[in-house]
Amino acid sequence: MTALLEIENVSKSFGGVQANKEISLEVPEGAIVGLIGPNGSGKTTLFSSIVGQYPIDGGSIRFESEEISTLRVAQIARLGMLRTFQQTRIYGQMTCMQNMVISASVRKRGFGELFHGQHDPQVSKHAEEMLEFVGLYEKRLLRAGSLSFGQQKLLEFAMALMNEPKLLMLDEPTAGINPTLINGLIDRLKRANAQFGITLFVIEHNMRVIMNLAQHIYCLAHGELLASGTPDKIRNDPNVIDAYLGAH
Amino acid sequence: MILINAPVITADLVINGLLVGAIFALAAYGMALVWGVMNIINIAQGEFVMLGGYVTMILFWNGIHPLFGVVVAPVILYGVGWALYRLVVFRVVDRDLFVSLLATFGLSILMQQLMNTAFTGDIWTAQSELGTSLLFGGLVSISNIKIAAFFLAIMLGGCLVAFLRYSRLGQAIRATSQNARAARVLGVDTDKLYAITFGLNAAICGAAGALVAMTYNIHPYIGLPYTIRAFMIVIVAGLGNLAGVVFAGLGLGAAENIAGFVLGAEFQLAFVFGLLVVVLVWRNTRLAAKRQYLK
Amino acid sequence: MTFPPQKLIGYAALVAFGLAAPFVFPNYHSQMAELWLFVVFALTWDLVGGQMGYNSFGNVLFIGVGAYACAVAQVGLLYDISNYTASDGGDATIYVFTVPQYLTGLAIGLPFAALLAGLVAAFFGSVVLGMRGHYFAICTLGLGVAAGQIAAGWEWIGAGSGMTPPNAPRGIGDLAQFFYFFSFVLAVACFVVIRWLLSTRFGLALNAIRDDEDKAEAMGLPTTRIKVTAWTFAAVFLGLSGGILGNLKRFIDPIDVAFAGETYGVWMVLMAILGGKGTIWGPVIGAAIFQVLKEVFWTYLLGWQRVALGLMIVLIVVFFPQGILGWVREKFPEMFGHRVDRGPAREPAE
Repeated sequence: MTALLEIENVSKSFGGVQANKEISLEVPEGAIVGLIGPNGSGKTTLFSSIVGQYPIDGGSIRFESEEISTLRVAQIARLGMLRTFQQTRIYGQMTCMQNMVISASVRKRGFGELFHGQHDPQVSKHAEEMLEFVGLYEKRLLRAGSLSFGQQKLLEFAMALMNEPKLLMLDEPTAGINPTLINGLIDRLKRANAQFGITLFVIEHNMRVIMNLAQHIYCLAHGELLASGTPDKIRNDPNVIDAYLGAH
Repeated sequence: MILINAPVITADLVINGLLVGAIFALAAYGMALVWGVMNIINIAQGEFVMLGGYVTMILFWNGIHPLFGVVVAPVILYGVGWALYRLVVFRVVDRDLFVSLLATFGLSILMQQLMNTAFTGDIWTAQSELGTSLLFGGLVSISNIKIAAFFLAIMLGGCLVAFLRYSRLGQAIRATSQNARAARVLGVDTDKLYAITFGLNAAICGAAGALVAMTYNIHPYIGLPYTIRAFMIVIVAGLGNLAGVVFAGLGLGAAENIAGFVLGAEFQLAFVFGLLVVVLVWRNTRLAAKRQYLK
Repeated sequence: MTFPPQKLIGYAALVAFGLAAPFVFPNYHSQMAELWLFVVFALTWDLVGGQMGYNSFGNVLFIGVGAYACAVAQVGLLYDISNYTASDGGDATIYVFTVPQYLTGLAIGLPFAALLAGLVAAFFGSVVLGMRGHYFAICTLGLGVAAGQIAAGWEWIGAGSGMTPPNAPRGIGDLAQFFYFFSFVLAVACFVVIRWLLSTRFGLALNAIRDDEDKAEAMGLPTTRIKVTAWTFAAVFLGLSGGILGNLKRFIDPIDVAFAGETYGVWMVLMAILGGKGTIWGPVIGAAIFQVLKEVFWTYLLGWQRVALGLMIVLIVVFFPQGILGWVREKFPEMFGHRVDRGPAREPAE
């Protein structure tokens, strides 16, 4: 498989603290890749650097073989790489449907298309399908800000799907979700990957989830890449176990 | 350029500018205090200065030497600031910053118009009659009140800094500015503290206003430029940087004076407001290069 | 956009009222003309402020640019501007405008005002709109006031003495009534355009930027272009209103009329807030109420009217920030098309 995302020797520090040190990894097209590590190991920083939120101090980030480390967030998003946020970010004062409609892919449409009506039947149908996919169809006319945290997380996921990304980076998608619903979420993530062909790169703290979900896992500790391999290999890697136990 | 060929004029402009800059720095320090402690940008800052100036004028009109204004104005303005906090400002402290901007803007318009109705738009100066000094062998003459005002401003600022650093109340204020929730948990009555801080700020501006009345002039509309100057200085220096505030204040004073000479007096305020735009744009652009923005 | 028949009748009635008003209230032409301009001020402010979250204190910049641009075009087509302003333009024997000349002047001056204001917005926009929140607010305040100060020093357009727009020839009739129709038409056009904008995805984009700009960027929206476009839309309408305002007031003072930061500049914010930020009718209602209150203050509180206005600003901001429509929306959310889930909180079904 070709690598959709390649990261080579990426480093990023903040005022003396080295959050990421010479990290190299790759995400093959069509795969589900996991990123784990104890708190403070630099996972979210790496995500943020990849999507262009921070300029990196060194290294290279390539998406579809094009260097993107010099691009801005919106440009990278339009190339087809999206991320969801740990704290879950949606447009609180708009309805769920409106959240979906404005998330329709800008990549395939020019600036002028923004001046088309909000109720384009094709876009609306796609939005309703995605809301149905995550189970929020009944809530579609409610103000997004009035949804529960778990529902907002699903809305954020639906908005990302609406945008038809090639690579979706999820920052702790199951954090704060009712444990009885996590299986449903894992199922939806797998379906998004298999049916919609979206490559997934997932930060997770829930070991059960990530072992179930990912085909390949990277483990960070203290800003460096500690281990890389299949879920089984990672599960039994003494360094990984040490890093987590040591962190406690 | 004329400035290079006429060092005497330049020296005159710069020295006068530095002297008035100390007053700017004083107002800026007060603004930084309120901003840092309760996250409010006080658009009415300049109006507090204006009020202090009018207090001094009233003393002067009643035969009292205006220098006493430097003591009387802060006392009165402390009360005004404290009262405004208790009546209005406390309601906007926890709301989003735009609401507090608009509220203090409304207060500034209110105070402006009150003074305009009470005293009309006439321009006044309080004569201090301290004479002039000659520098550089008689080439540059500076009015002594400006020199006195400079040192008074520095001294007042120094008192405020010492108060904040060494007194219990001052330390409580600083603690609250760093972490209001923690201060509250530790028993600090933050609301009372905010009232005191706002009053202190008004007092500082009142003192600055007294100095302005003696060294320049006052009328109901001098407020907004002072607010903008204070804001600019805080932006350039950064919230916690005292030395920066002083240097930025002095620098602004000198720059403004020179601009007034080069561009013409009628463009001096244009320079002040234009510089604000330039400073903000420059600051933001530099942050944008790091994919950030002014927060 | 489709309109149900009741709404169409409602709009038609309003338009009819607007057209008939100068004949029904013959003594209030200039106040009513100013009212429609206030509607434009409030609607355009709310487009960028209430809808997009960029609260500007400096929209007067575009009003002033429009006022001067229009007057300069009106005069400049026929006479030398520096001579005109040097003599305060008042000498009616030299500076004569016939009716066709006057009308041509407006026909050229108003579009020129709109164009120049739009260019100013596009020029400053990409930089100034890169600032958020209070920095944007204060920066625009600086821009507006600085422009006023520059205009007050610029001899060519009259400096501190201001500039007088051309004296209307006798054939025009009542000047206030003449310009009433201009401002009414402008207000209607502004409302129609903004209502349309808000019905498109562009309107959603504005709201997205307001609700979470970083998220909007992360989703690929071209936020800078959107922001500049919105501000330019506002600027064009404000430029036109400036051109009309200058002619209506018959005098363009750089600080009190053109770049009036502490009157029009703050009032437009108040009007939008009073009526209800982020709605389409809020600014209209706010403008109407504000103008009426202002006229009441001027008539009955002479000497204290500005103090009363200042006090009103503080009271509204502190005690009534949600505005009239905001208050209505809280009480009757369904009126605004927001469904409220009255059932127990449920997680989505498996």
